[in-house]
Amino acid sequence: MIDAASMGGDLPVVPPKDNYINRAYSIKSWLLTKDHKRIAILYLITITFFFFLGGAFAVMIRLELLTPASDLVQPETYNKFFTMHGVVMIFLFLIPSVPATLGNFLVPLMIGAKDLAFPKINLLSWYILVIGGIFILYAVVAGGVDTGWTFYTPYSSTYSNTYVMAAAIGVFITGFSSILTGLNFIVTIHTMRAPGMTWYRLPLFIWSHYATSLIMVLGTPVVAVTILLVGLERVFRVGIFDPAIGGDPILFQHLFWFYSHPAVYIMLLPGMGVISELITAFSRKNMFGYKFVAYASLGIAIYGFLVWGHHMFTSGQSIYGSLVFSFLTYFVAIPSAIKVFNWTATLYRGSISYDTPMLYALGFIGFFLIGGTTGLFLAAIGLDIHVHDTYFVVAHFHYIMVGGTVMAYLGGLHYWWPKLTGRMYPEGWARLSALIIFVGFNLTFFPQFVVGYMGMPRRYAAYPDDPVWQMLNVLSTAGASILGAGYLLPMVYLPWSMRYGKYAPSNPWGATGLEWQTTSPPPTENFEETPVVTWEPYEYRPREEKVVVNKILPTD
Amino acid sequence: MAEAVHTTMEHPASAHAALQHHFENMEQQREAGTLGMWIFLVTEIMFFGGMFMAYILYRSYNADAFAAASNRLNVTMGFINTIVLICSSLTMALAVYYSQVGKRKMIVVMLILTMMLGTTFLVVKAFEYYDKYEKSEIPGRLFPSRPFNWYAEEEHGKQVTQEPARDAATERNPQAVPTGQEQKPDASFASRAEMFFFIYFAMTGIHALHMVIGIGMLIVLTIMAWRDRFSPEYHSPVELGGLYWHFVDIVWIFLFPLLYLLGAHGISGGH
Ligand SMILES: [Cu+2]
Repeated sequence: MIDAASMGGDLPVVPPKDNYINRAYSIKSWLLTKDHKRIAILYLITITFFFFLGGAFAVMIRLELLTPASDLVQPETYNKFFTMHGVVMIFLFLIPSVPATLGNFLVPLMIGAKDLAFPKINLLSWYILVIGGIFILYAVVAGGVDTGWTFYTPYSSTYSNTYVMAAAIGVFITGFSSILTGLNFIVTIHTMRAPGMTWYRLPLFIWSHYATSLIMVLGTPVVAVTILLVGLERVFRVGIFDPAIGGDPILFQHLFWFYSHPAVYIMLLPGMGVISELITAFSRKNMFGYKFVAYASLGIAIYGFLVWGHHMFTSGQSIYGSLVFSFLTYFVAIPSAIKVFNWTATLYRGSISYDTPMLYALGFIGFFLIGGTTGLFLAAIGLDIHVHDTYFVVAHFHYIMVGGTVMAYLGGLHYWWPKLTGRMYPEGWARLSALIIFVGFNLTFFPQFVVGYMGMPRRYAAYPDDPVWQMLNVLSTAGASILGAGYLLPMVYLPWSMRYGKYAPSNPWGATGLEWQTTSPPPTENFEETPVVTWEPYEYRPREEKVVVNKILPTD
Repeated sequence: MAEAVHTTMEHPASAHAALQHHFENMEQQREAGTLGMWIFLVTEIMFFGGMFMAYILYRSYNADAFAAASNRLNVTMGFINTIVLICSSLTMALAVYYSQVGKRKMIVVMLILTMMLGTTFLVVKAFEYYDKYEKSEIPGRLFPSRPFNWYAEEEHGKQVTQEPARDAATERNPQAVPTGQEQKPDASFASRAEMFFFIYFAMTGIHALHMVIGIGMLIVLTIMAWRDRFSPEYHSPVELGGLYWHFVDIVWIFLFPLLYLLGAHGISGGH
């Protein structure tokens, strides 16, 4: 743990009399709030609901795959399960996960602003997500969708008889939520930084959210118009992606992946920002190569737009196109690797403490390493053709999405929980659940690499009756049960801590960053007076040493 | 509102009435608004960009059919609409100018003129759409009584000359599948012309929707101007509205040549 001095010594911690939670209690004061912190809480509740809904479908998928035959559900039902798992998890949980909750809460706090630039638009973005979510829920309840989360034409536009339209409208609508969040972040970071908060003094959390926002505003409109065209196709009853009238179904894939590859970074980059905060705070060091990590975020955002074709190596796109996409995909590994190396270098000779957030952060680095390097396997055209649409791909992107984004999200949620609620979570339970999640996650997804490499295709309710394949699938299902238990634990102890947890001091981790300089929870206006920043980011070295050095004498 | 009653962070009484609580000063508020609008316009460019991409690709696949179908659009009406929109951009720019110098009446006059020109555009567009409906040129079966029929006029005894004769062979063969390495679609001439009309309606329809939203925005601005909300110190809503209006105009400046003029055989509009 952090030394007692930075926690306020032995003084009993008392909650601030006036904060954003107790300012008003009515339902209306929440549903019509323009406070970014309250909107973050609204998002938090919403996406938690969708996380467990998507998780329920994952449970059904894993149960079906316990046995080789398709015996639990009909194959048609199975198709709906994996589609709805994907649609709910990606569009209603992963895309808004870190930016809409932690980002919404922390971006103004970290730059010393009173709110986001457009508070009403911020609230609107939550309502848009809810409306889009209702459309998707309707599609789920009415009978499901079976196109896969990718909505590939012509299946989605012509052949599927499921509730494609409702789901597509839902995805279209949620896109605008993401666009508005991104727009708000960019404007806020540009125009509302506190005096002295220069670009190179911004926490890396802010840099990664800035990069994410760029993808949100540049990519999301493209998938919106693509889905709109599919919708018009169903309205006019004539297919724009239909070769029968001179169209091209591959164009759909190009437009879809032009967004959906960068969307991976919408899900991942904010998580990387969280990890940068956690690694520095719990190894008591400044970030190794701060500027490299900052620009790596922008690099990932920009290169992310140039690699979408790696999803289409088997679609019939030109082989020369595939070559270029393959090369560029390798290229995007460079900024990603910069981040991993710099986090590791930050750990080196740090005074590391293994509090819960740090456990998640260390897990993230390991999972991202495996998920990222298997991504390079998939960027190689020859190997990709071998493992295309197999469980190898499924395992790869779950290592990124679940092992990366969800770990960062949970790590960040624990780290900033005292700031969000003013209470500490129970450390013992939290560490236990982090460990359970670590074990369960690996047991779930590592066997999928193996069975995928052996050739098991994704999106099938049945697989050949082979003892090795079944053993790997049983391992995976067993792991999923452990993982599920790990996810349920925080659902118990985090709400518990809101009532029974210890009061949190302003800065329980002794961390740098403006968000720790205001009370826990912060007042509605965030700061008593606008802070003036005179220090560099991540100054974890003791202050008095800094004074002695005073930038004139050689450091160290 | 409960959130606003806290005292320590309130702006001094000298602050402008339009200054929102979370901004330090009017300059910061104006900067944020302008940047926000520009970023919004970038998302709009990406949004239309997807459709322009589809247009470019399919035009290159189906150049002959697209040229023939494009000839069935009424260039005169398209041209009139182009002039109307350019004029509306001028009146909008003047509205912004008068808001900067603080002439309330002239802002209102210019905003109303802009609205009238925008409405003129939509009326002309409606006539064009109705004409397409009459000629059975609305793609697909949106109106079951009038499904798309490229030969509707021919069947009424008129002579249509644009189609190359060779297409009669592939006519009415909608089940054609892509052949060869290049995946070149092999569809009938008429259905490839239908694709043009699909893109025409999608692009101009979404553009018209933006016009409608723009006119709604102008109504709000006019009311605000009428109530004397704007002054040389505070006029950014008019400026932001102007940015949006100009953007919608510029989209049309691209749509008009691409849809009406490119590959046109004669300025008469074909028939
Ligand atoms: Cu990708």
